[in-house]
Amino acid sequence: MNWEWLQRNEQQILAWTLEHVWLAAVPTILGLLLALPVGAIAHRYRWSYGTLITLAGLLYTIPSLALFVVLPGLMGTRILDPVNVVVALTLYTLALLVRVVADALDAVPPLVVASATAMGYKPLRSLVTVQLPLAIPVIGAGLRVAAVSNVSLVSVAVLLGIPQLGQLFITGFQLDFFTPIIAGIVLCLLLAAIFDTIILLTVRLSTPWTRAVPGR
Amino acid sequence: MSGAWTWLTDAANWSGPGGVWTRLLQHLWYTLLSVAIAVVIALPLGALIGHTGRFTGLVSGVANALRALPSLGLLILLALWGLHTLKGDLALLAPAIVVLVILAIPPILSSTYAGIANVDPAARDAARGMGMTGTQVLLKVELPVAMPLVMSGLRSAFLQVVATATIAAVVALGGFGRYVIDGLAQQNYSMMVAGAFLVALLAVLGDRILAVIGHFVVSPGLTGRAAKGRRPAAPTADLVAARTIGMSGGG
Amino acid sequence: MISFESVSKVYPDGTHAVEDLSLEIPTGRITVFVGPSGCGKTTSVRMINRMIEPTHGTVAIDGQDISTVDAATLRRGIGYVIQSAGLFPHRTVLDNVATVPVLQGRSRRQARAAAAELLDRVGLDRTLSGRYPAQLSGGQQQRVGVARALAADPPVMLMDEPFSAVDPVVRAQLQDEFIRLQGELGKTIVFVTHDIDEAVKLGDLIAVFAVGGRLAQYAEPAGVLSRPADDFVADFVGRDRGYRALSFVAGDLPVRPEQTLVLGERVPPGAGAAAEGISVDHGRWALVVDTGHRPRGWLDCTTVPVDHRVTVEDLVLGGSLAGPGGSLRIALDAALSSPSGRGVAVDDAGTVVGTITAGEVLSAIEQARRSDASGLTAGRTLDKQPAVR
Repeated sequence: MNWEWLQRNEQQILAWTLEHVWLAAVPTILGLLLALPVGAIAHRYRWSYGTLITLAGLLYTIPSLALFVVLPGLMGTRILDPVNVVVALTLYTLALLVRVVADALDAVPPLVVASATAMGYKPLRSLVTVQLPLAIPVIGAGLRVAAVSNVSLVSVAVLLGIPQLGQLFITGFQLDFFTPIIAGIVLCLLLAAIFDTIILLTVRLSTPWTRAVPGR
Repeated sequence: MSGAWTWLTDAANWSGPGGVWTRLLQHLWYTLLSVAIAVVIALPLGALIGHTGRFTGLVSGVANALRALPSLGLLILLALWGLHTLKGDLALLAPAIVVLVILAIPPILSSTYAGIANVDPAARDAARGMGMTGTQVLLKVELPVAMPLVMSGLRSAFLQVVATATIAAVVALGGFGRYVIDGLAQQNYSMMVAGAFLVALLAVLGDRILAVIGHFVVSPGLTGRAAKGRRPAAPTADLVAARTIGMSGGG
Repeated sequence: MISFESVSKVYPDGTHAVEDLSLEIPTGRITVFVGPSGCGKTTSVRMINRMIEPTHGTVAIDGQDISTVDAATLRRGIGYVIQSAGLFPHRTVLDNVATVPVLQGRSRRQARAAAAELLDRVGLDRTLSGRYPAQLSGGQQQRVGVARALAADPPVMLMDEPFSAVDPVVRAQLQDEFIRLQGELGKTIVFVTHDIDEAVKLGDLIAVFAVGGRLAQYAEPAGVLSRPADDFVADFVGRDRGYRALSFVAGDLPVRPEQTLVLGERVPPGAGAAAEGISVDHGRWALVVDTGHRPRGWLDCTTVPVDHRVTVEDLVLGGSLAGPGGSLRIALDAALSSPSGRGVAVDDAGTVVGTITAGEVLSAIEQARRSDASGLTAGRTLDKQPAVR
């Protein structure tokens, strides 16, 4: 492991890392924001559940590289444009989370929803203030999967020439040099772990009732 | 776009060592081999952990850790190692298969575990009480009831591998990914998109076929279709979480 | 015969689930283990098929210490019915029932044929045999559970709160059919319940367990009701035990003849005149029967004019019926629940034999008490509940 090389290229690696963070975090958040309403619709209007979930499933089936390549043609952007990556990964996150959100809302005890309605909550308010909070733990689990996947998928985009940690892999391959490859893997793992922990902590903090220990 | 269509309809592109059929077979070969090996490793492991209830932490720990690994990085790392250590074709193929297997394990492991762990405890108790040995309970009751989740894990694994096998083209392997990589190098956009399209098609068709197989393998009493006119009961929170964790990124 | 010899179950954290249990469960009878939650009744029963192993003591079946027998083999010879049935969701009803015979090596076809007959036996329609458990109601699932336990014709059956998860109407049906089935099969049954009424209704012998795994009393139901061994048992049996104990008393019911009106007849003047010697109601209520002389209800003669044709809508329904050979409890209930204060007694065909008042039943009780010191007959309750229309 060549530490000197790492030190020399510190700036570049840092730049790539920041780019990687941005490219992975934005789609995750965007995907979540889009999945919430779509998942809520699939949950609420049962007839749409099948179609929406099938579409999401289909979207999720498409391998990332394929999507990265096809999107520029559809969106009219250049292949090299990072927007492709953001859009593609947002679509993936959306596809993954729609089902999670719908199922998480399904898993909220129907009696709780019924009480809320009986107390006079209108559907939208009930959804946002009662059902979604209760669905947070499960959605959080799905979000962690999505975030970690996205970190890995962003590195694939290096094949299209987009600068991020994936560059370390290509560099290593071209230079026949292990150091950048290992560094890249470690940094990706680190990023994935950080994202995972942030989401985990956010879920914990926003669901104090799951931490309450029943008095014995 | 139309360029891709032209490329695809050009018969020349379908034959020969660089042709679509050859690449298809290569891609399928990598995929099926890796998934098969992953099943041999992860299914019994997940089943045993679910059945005995021991080392359950291992499942989520391993699944999460493996999923966090960047597939491209791992591929290149092992490929480079392979080039230095192994000879001939195997130099690149073996590392690639290893990576594909590693990436296919998490979905199969967590889905199998979740499927077995969520078997109705009353059914398990009744099975033991009727005189089934531990193995019989596992094989005759737990695994069949866990089938829906096991199948979903298999499908996730299949998708994961098809997607990553595409990337394997970077390390000079065959398969549909070659069209994308070569197309990128040659600035042949049509070939790139055609390759992308073929991969997507393979993934979608393969998933559909697995779904149909699942239909025959899973007992109708389990799918909730048999339930009296009701829609299937809302899944419990941990089941949803398990299903999600069993899924993986598109590659 | 199943015997417990000084059996204890102590868990690693110190909980005493079963405390030095010794009793003998007779062959061919229903023995009920009853008690509140945490009393060790389920734990004790599960030691019979070795789902739980005792910490001390021996459990033996027909003299053989069961710890010397291979557990799986042992269990295949014992029927096991649990509260939520535990049916295999991935198998059809028929295949569920055929499970143990197939495990024992019978051919699938034979096992399925035998299973179909068993479905008849437990009162299930054969059309259900191809369905999956998810498609059945709770009561149906429970019956499948029983059929499955009977499939290998085991001499011993363990039943852990099998009827608790269904609603009371279904539960009563299941209990009645269970009694009928046992009459046909004569198996050694150990039945667990927390419901003293169920225990009294079904059991030939009752073992009352107290919290902490202690056996408080082991006796025939009549004995438990009339002579509880200690405060705990007295308390557990509840305040109604005197009334419940009446279920075990047969008596000569002094039935009086009753004038009846037939449905569709006209109300004659002076109808509802009280039967001779009875001054209650001053002639207000008349018993209305159908053409087969079966009771349909009571007519309040003050609400209809003379010569009015009696229709079903005029009647006040209700009042249970006292059948032949029934207990004084049933007779008393018939009298108390009748709008006229006169309980209707019917014969086996359901036709009216006469009526009886509450006072007369109480006299009969006193008589029974005087003629026999304990005044109680051993065995199952005498109550058969004829349908009230």
